[in-house]
Amino acid sequence: MKNGLKKFTEAVAEKILMFSSGITTLTVILIVIFLFKEGMGLFSSSDIEDGYVLAVNRENPVDRLTPEESMGVFDAKITSWKELGGNDEDILVFRLNDITNYADENSLGDELQFLPRVLDSVIAAQPGIIAFIPQQYADSSFTGKILQNGTITAKSFFDGKYWYPTASPSPLFGLLPLISGTLWISLFAILIALPFGLAVAIYMAELADQRTRKIIKPIIELLAGIPSVVYGFFGLVVLVPLIQQLFDLPVGESGLVGSIILAIMALPTIITVAEDAIRTTPRSMREASLALGANHWQTIYKVVLPYSLSGITAAAVLGIGRAIGETMAVLMVSGNAAVIPSSLLEPMRTIPATIAAELGEAPTGGIHYKALFLLGCILFILTLIISISVEFINTRKKA
Amino acid sequence: MKKKQVSQNIAFWIFRLFSLMVVGILFWILGFIISKGIQVIDWDFLTQAPTDGMTGGGIFPAIMGTLYLTVGSIIVAFPIGVLSGIYINEYATNNWFVKLIRIMTTNLSSVPSIVFGLFGMALFVNTMGFGDSIIAGSLTLGLLTLPVVIRVTEEALHAIDDSFRTASYALGATKLQTIRKVILPMALPNIMTGLILSIGRVSGETAPILFTAVAYFLPKLPDSIFDQVMALPYHLYVISTSGTDLAASRPIAYGTALVLIAIILVINIIATLLRNYFGKKVKTNF
Repeated sequence: MKNGLKKFTEAVAEKILMFSSGITTLTVILIVIFLFKEGMGLFSSSDIEDGYVLAVNRENPVDRLTPEESMGVFDAKITSWKELGGNDEDILVFRLNDITNYADENSLGDELQFLPRVLDSVIAAQPGIIAFIPQQYADSSFTGKILQNGTITAKSFFDGKYWYPTASPSPLFGLLPLISGTLWISLFAILIALPFGLAVAIYMAELADQRTRKIIKPIIELLAGIPSVVYGFFGLVVLVPLIQQLFDLPVGESGLVGSIILAIMALPTIITVAEDAIRTTPRSMREASLALGANHWQTIYKVVLPYSLSGITAAAVLGIGRAIGETMAVLMVSGNAAVIPSSLLEPMRTIPATIAAELGEAPTGGIHYKALFLLGCILFILTLIISISVEFINTRKKA
Repeated sequence: MKKKQVSQNIAFWIFRLFSLMVVGILFWILGFIISKGIQVIDWDFLTQAPTDGMTGGGIFPAIMGTLYLTVGSIIVAFPIGVLSGIYINEYATNNWFVKLIRIMTTNLSSVPSIVFGLFGMALFVNTMGFGDSIIAGSLTLGLLTLPVVIRVTEEALHAIDDSFRTASYALGATKLQTIRKVILPMALPNIMTGLILSIGRVSGETAPILFTAVAYFLPKLPDSIFDQVMALPYHLYVISTSGTDLAASRPIAYGTALVLIAIILVINIIATLLRNYFGKKVKTNF
């Protein structure tokens, strides 16, 4: 009897342990489901603000506008229908609050009950008009022409050069400025961090004595432990003014400061992984090199470094992964301009920073919200690729 | 012969210089924040609520908020993480389930913290209806720490020599008894060290709680786990980037940064002491 109870307890314990270890898997699956469910919703959304339509005069031959075109029109960059394949007619932009220019308040009625009729007549009277109006006014009695709205496509997202998520009437969700900002900042950060990280790793593994190592190791750990907001804050109050003076910039918040801060943040990862890799070099290989008359430095760069190359590569790739996903520090120092950068000294904006900055203001379930979740998907996929390639590099090393 | 020696000297001095610079960067950051922050910190700063639109008063609600969130995430992550670590190291054979768990744990640890924020918002805040609250923030932070806790436990258990396990079995102990009476007590110091370090991580995270737990300003402390909180890292972020009067709230920002740094320093010192103390007492490997 006692034995049976014991066996039962053992079995239950194992099941509980097994269940706990399944939770990480469950979490990853849930992350994928929630991120993609919300994110993919963007691609079936209308490219015009919810509940609104664009209407033109009935005689106008133009049937539809792309989001870029309608932004050009409403920003007064496109001024003639000819540019959009229509008649040689000036474009007259009309928003609902412009109605007072065409009709006095009395004719609209006390409760604006005549507004749809007045609106209809204004649109009918102006051959060059384009009106951005609520859908409810464009009912069956409406005599103007309603432009067909498209849906946001994968092409317009991945190939889009503009990120104007709150533009009206057509918000633009283009990935290019954000992904290029992310890559510029992360890659340059690794370019800064790699020489330093490698130097410290070699120093720790090859040169430093036991006592020095015991001092440096906790320092590296501490560097890894400082929260990213504190790095961001330090960058904001120290590095931003410094870089601004140094390069004589209009604003100091730039991709460069972001890269420097990210480089400092990526250092502990790079140092630890690279040092481990250097340490795995077999003693026999070093001794063979030394026995052939090579000195310590020659042994390091002819034997140790080539041998640990895959580990060092893994360190660099892991560092890039860290940099790509880092949010707060970059958000605070890199200026957050969502334009395709042409130099590292310009303000830039990364994917994580965009999510952090905009999600608070995006209404839940709206297209802006969905677009930010789609950015989350992109980020998830990017880091997944990086994590898989590190795994790949490590297994090849063992083989 | 001589040229060889010269190039070695140059290379080694470069390594020493670079290492010194990296150490210097840390002391620069620490020194800057400590010297600026120390002028602000006094008893009132730590025990009063903010006043005058974040330009006066203290940061007490933010300290408490961070405490609540950290404790909450520990409650989520530690039991699950330690149990998973035990399963992976002690029970699991090399089958597909364990391979899956390993891959998924590695993947989860590489997921950026802002993605956890998005996920927490979609699942805990919106779908489960917790709203911005301590519980939603703690769950999100807990899941974020989970891979770290698992890895720490796994490594601590892995370091224990197999002879202890076989000796215990030879005495007639079952697997569960062996784990409870022999393996866990031996691994505990290492597990504790890792867990303490992970607490430091959690207390400084901002991105995951941005949309799941925090508020810019709350006049009083939360009453239940379904209330919003203020938190130190978020507090530092808002008052240094988007406060009503940036210049006037700068001293508060320095003070907040110092408190955050102090937490990390204390946690690291405790972890190091613990490791040194137990490292001498317990030999895990022959």
